[in-house]
Formats: sequence, C-alpha cells, structure tokens
Amino acid sequence: MKHCSLTCKWLTRLVAATLLTLSAWVVWDNWGRFIHPAESGITSTTADTTDTRARGKYLAHIGGCVACHTAKGGDTLAGGRRIDTPFGAVFSSNLTSSKTTGLGDWRETDFASALSWGRSRNGRLLLPVFPYNHTSVFTPDDVHALFSWLQTVPAVEQAQPAHQLTWPLGTQPVIAMWRSLFFRPTPFKANPNESADWNRGAYLVQSAGHCAACHGQRNTLGSFPAVDDVSGGFLSPQLWLAPSLTDAAQTTLSTSSLNDTGQLLRVGQTQHAHASGPMAEFVQYSSQYLTQADALAIATYLKSNIKTNSRANTQPNAPLAASSSAAQTLYKTHCATCHGDNGEGKARTYPALAGNPAVVLAQPDNLIQMALYGGYGPSTAGQPRPYGMPPYLFTLNNQQIADVLNHIRSQWGNQAPAVSPMQVDRARAARY
Amino acid sequence: MKHLISLSLTCLMWLGQSPAHATDMAERIKPCEACHGDQGRAGPDGYYPRLAGKPAGYLFNQMQNFSQGRRHYTMMRRMMDPLSPEYQREMANYFANLQVPYLPPSTRSTSLNNTQMARGKQLALQGDAALQIPACNSCHGESLMGNTAHVPSLLGLPSAYLGAQLSAWSLGNRTTVAPDCMGDIAKRLTASDAAAVTGWLAAQNVPSKNSAPNAKHIATETRCGSAPELHGAAQ
Repeated sequence: MKHCSLTCKWLTRLVAATLLTLSAWVVWDNWGRFIHPAESGITSTTADTTDTRARGKYLAHIGGCVACHTAKGGDTLAGGRRIDTPFGAVFSSNLTSSKTTGLGDWRETDFASALSWGRSRNGRLLLPVFPYNHTSVFTPDDVHALFSWLQTVPAVEQAQPAHQLTWPLGTQPVIAMWRSLFFRPTPFKANPNESADWNRGAYLVQSAGHCAACHGQRNTLGSFPAVDDVSGGFLSPQLWLAPSLTDAAQTTLSTSSLNDTGQLLRVGQTQHAHASGPMAEFVQYSSQYLTQADALAIATYLKSNIKTNSRANTQPNAPLAASSSAAQTLYKTHCATCHGDNGEGKARTYPALAGNPAVVLAQPDNLIQMALYGGYGPSTAGQPRPYGMPPYLFTLNNQQIADVLNHIRSQWGNQAPAVSPMQVDRARAARY
Repeated sequence: MKHLISLSLTCLMWLGQSPAHATDMAERIKPCEACHGDQGRAGPDGYYPRLAGKPAGYLFNQMQNFSQGRRHYTMMRRMMDPLSPEYQREMANYFANLQVPYLPPSTRSTSLNNTQMARGKQLALQGDAALQIPACNSCHGESLMGNTAHVPSLLGLPSAYLGAQLSAWSLGNRTTVAPDCMGDIAKRLTASDAAAVTGWLAAQNVPSKNSAPNAKHIATETRCGSAPELHGAAQ
C-alpha cells in the first residue's frame, strides 16, 4: 500500500514535470521571441516610393489579402468577412489605416511580426486561418511594400466580429500548442540551379499565391501543409476537391502550354479547362490581377513539379462508372446541347467532357457540385461575360445525377470510379 | 457597282448581327431559366419569381443584394457572386426588355376567406394609417404593376414567394441599401396581415395590357435607399 502510494507520487511528479516542461517549451516557442525584439520582425531599407506602394497593392490583390479582409458588400479591407472552416466560422480583421480598429497605429515591425511569425502587435497569437506559413515566405522588401500600401488604405472604423469557434478552439493556449506542432516560419530560399522565372514562380506559389492552403494536405487538426505542398487537398465544409498539381492525371497542367496555364489563372478559362468553385473565386478575387510575366513564372514552376503517377488517381475497390439507357437519355436531354453529343464541348463557351481531367477525378465531389449547382465562371478582363451552367438541384434527383455523371465518366475514352447517389446527397446537404 | 454590292453586303451583315447578339444573350442567361422558367416568365413550381419585364434597376439591385450579402439564398449567391456589376446590369436589361405572357393566376392563388381577402385588398390599396403601413400602390404603381426603374410589380407572383419575402424582410434576412423601406414596413405587418395581402395580390389578374409604369413621388415619411426616384431624387 505504502509502496504503491510512493510509486503513484513519483508518477504524478513525473507527469507534472513533463507537462510543465512541455508548457514552458510551448510558451517559449510562441512568445520567446517577444523577449528579443531584435528578432521579432524584419525591417527593410527600401525607400517608400510610389512604386513600392504599387507593388504592395499588387501583392495584396494577388495574395488574396483584399479578398479575405473585405466583407461581402463591405468597405475594402475593413474586415468582417466570414470564413467557414471545419472548426467553425471566423471573421477577418480590419487592415485599413484606422487607428482604433485597423492598422493605423501599427509600426512596421508589428506588421512584419504578424506576417513572419503570426503574432499580433500585443503578442496575441493569430488564428492560423490567416496562412502565416505562407506570409512568412515574403521577402522583407515585399513586407515593407505591403505595409506601405496598407497604410494608405482609407480608414474605416469597424471592429472585427467575434469568431464562432467551439471552446477551447481559438483560445491562446490551444493556438500556441497547435503552432508548436505545425508552424515554423519558412523564409524563401531561392534555388540557384533554376532559372529566374522558376524562382519567381516558386516564390509566388509559396508566398502570395498560398496555393498549398487548398492544394496541400492537412491532417485532422487542420495542420499547415508545407508551403510548397501542392499534392492535393480537400476543402471541408465546402466539399470541393483541390486536385493535386503534381499528379499529371489530375489537371490539364501537364498537357497545357505555359501560356494556357497563365491564361487559366488570369482569365479563368482556356480551351481545355474552366476554373470552377473555390478556384473560380481565387481567379476572380486574386489571380486575375497577376501580370502576364508572373502568371508564366507560376506556370513554369508548377509544371516543373509534375510527376507522373505521384498519387494514384483511383479508389481501390470502387467499381468503375458505367452508363445505362436511362443515363444516355438524361445526357441527351440535359447536357448534349451545350457539351456536345460526344462530350466535345464548345470552344471558349462550354468545356469538353471527353478527356477532361476534372471529369475523371477519382473523387467526384467537384463534378457533383457542378451538376447540382451549375454556375458561372468568373468575370475577368479576359472573359468579362462568361457563359454558365444551369443548376440541376431541383430538376434531377440523386439517382439521376449519379446516373448522368456515371455516363460522362464512362464514355468517349473516359474511365473513372462510379458515383453513388449517397455522394450526391452529401453535396446536396452542403450549405456553402 | 462594286461599292454598292459591298455596301449592301455590309448592311446585310450588320442586320444579321443584331438578332445574333440577342440570341447570344439568351444563351448566356440559360442558367437562370432552370428556376425562373423559360425566358424568365416564372418558375414552374409556383415559387421562383418572374424576371421578364421587371424594371432593370430592380433586377440589378437584387443581383447586387445577393452578391453583396444583403439578400440570402445560397443558389442565387453562387450564381451572382462571380459576375461583374456590368455583366449583371446587362442581364437585368435583357430580362427587363422581355415581353412574354404571364402564367395563369391558377398556379399562383391561395384560398383565403372573404374577410381575409377584404383585409388584403384594404392593405394593398389603402394601407393602414394606424399601423403606419402605406398602401402597396402608393409606391408599386396605381395598378400595382411597378413604378419606374427600381420598383417591381406585385402582380403575377405566387403568394408563397410574396409571403417568403415579407417574412424575410421582417426577420432581417432580406435587406437592401439603407434606408430599407420595405424592411420597416414588413416589421410592422402582423403574420395574418402579411398572409392577407400576399393572398390578395396573388389572386389578382395581371392587366392584359402592360400598363406603363406610373412615376409618382410619394408623400409619406417612407424613404427607400433602393429607389431614390420615389422621392424625386436623381436616378
């Protein structure tokens, strides 16, 4: 009895000591640099010119700062935009020059610390919905440019709404632990063996482009993917798949010219591919503002990363899609007018279904989204009046949608796993 | 002679182009027809409202309201979000200029008793001063067929749709640019008054001749941010 109690005492002490050490380490890991202000943030020597501010404005647009920090119908960069995550809804902060609710009284080092270290001016750790793994890639010059421009954005007094996260998510200790597990700043490292274009593309993909935020893999705790991980991800609760950009079979990247890939980013469509869902949103709010040179640089870098069969685009044990006479009739009635009798599409108007990688992705989520909700491509300078697809949410039931999708996934040389009515039902219930 | 031929060819090409352009717009609004019916004449299910012939300003305001989060309907948000205001306006103009027949009232009417119908008619044509509810026709046109650029007609719409709008306004789920006059009015309507007025409106026949919108400046306290012309303000 006495012996056990002694063991228990020692065990308790050991556990307590371990927890204390871990806590101390987490605290040091997250706030330690606060004690050394020299390290907390980066400074730049670039003079503040019109060019600098223009570059800041450009980065804020292509980086999606403006998209995420502007509420629907709200003032530019005044925050308050709702972002739905698997853990609840969060609302973006005010980046205008307001001294009370924005960045008006921030010093540049405060801003640099937020971007490179994900920590706010008062030492508060920022929620990782803000992709500070990617902003930590920015060069000091670009951080300076962003700050210079943001300071010129007209002040709007608007407080950040309270997040709707389940306790204890969003509390400082939880964010601190999460960060210790999943976040390390990763300033950009150029590869001297590659061209200037390749390096510019790599820099943009890993910083402003934050492609990995969707196209990278996260674990169930919503970890940050590596900033250069574009091997495919899944957006929940939106239920859209961000296909792998390294797998030749999943997108048109490997078969497209650099120009076409650049055009997809700037216009939202090419002869062979149409951006849809969250990618269309990204084109609309961010990538349509890319310069031609930067779009080509991104294309150069992404194309160099393609591997054949990097991740098998199949689902083991899933039966292959097959057509039926009912499915054929559905296709003729609802799809053939625009997509053609043989899934050939209409150039610059409606995408082809035959040989389209988006149609034969093993996971059919994006296809189901399109069939249920239809929708327009983004209005961009290159395509200001896009054509659209009608929604079939009200016209076809789950079985019919599955049937017609199985038809297009099994015709004209297409081959992909079958879509089930249950999968359609799941997307029907989505509210985003 | 050569010049004459080339001139007439050019004319022919030019003549050929304008219907082609109209057809093109018909192609571009195909997604709308899935719910709003052929050429936007109204949905076949007795809910989705008619778009054809609605004032362009009204249609454009609604498209903006959906994409800017003042009106909430997932499908409409998803449809409108990617489109530029210029393209939205082009679509609004296209639908505003479509003259297509109305669906028969049988698909729209509800069963109300005589007392409810009388109350509905009273609210629509006289309002209720005690409850500070102006008559519908004080803004929506004397024949309730709309009034100038931003105020829609109230006839030819299903009672389910009208009822859902009044309820959304009173709950703040449907809003517009401030001051939101319809929001204020809907909040003063009781549920039974809302049912009476929407039931009465849905049961009315649409005048066979499209009555011209009658511009009229209202003299009440009501101010509408979405329809400045009601107060004689510049449009």
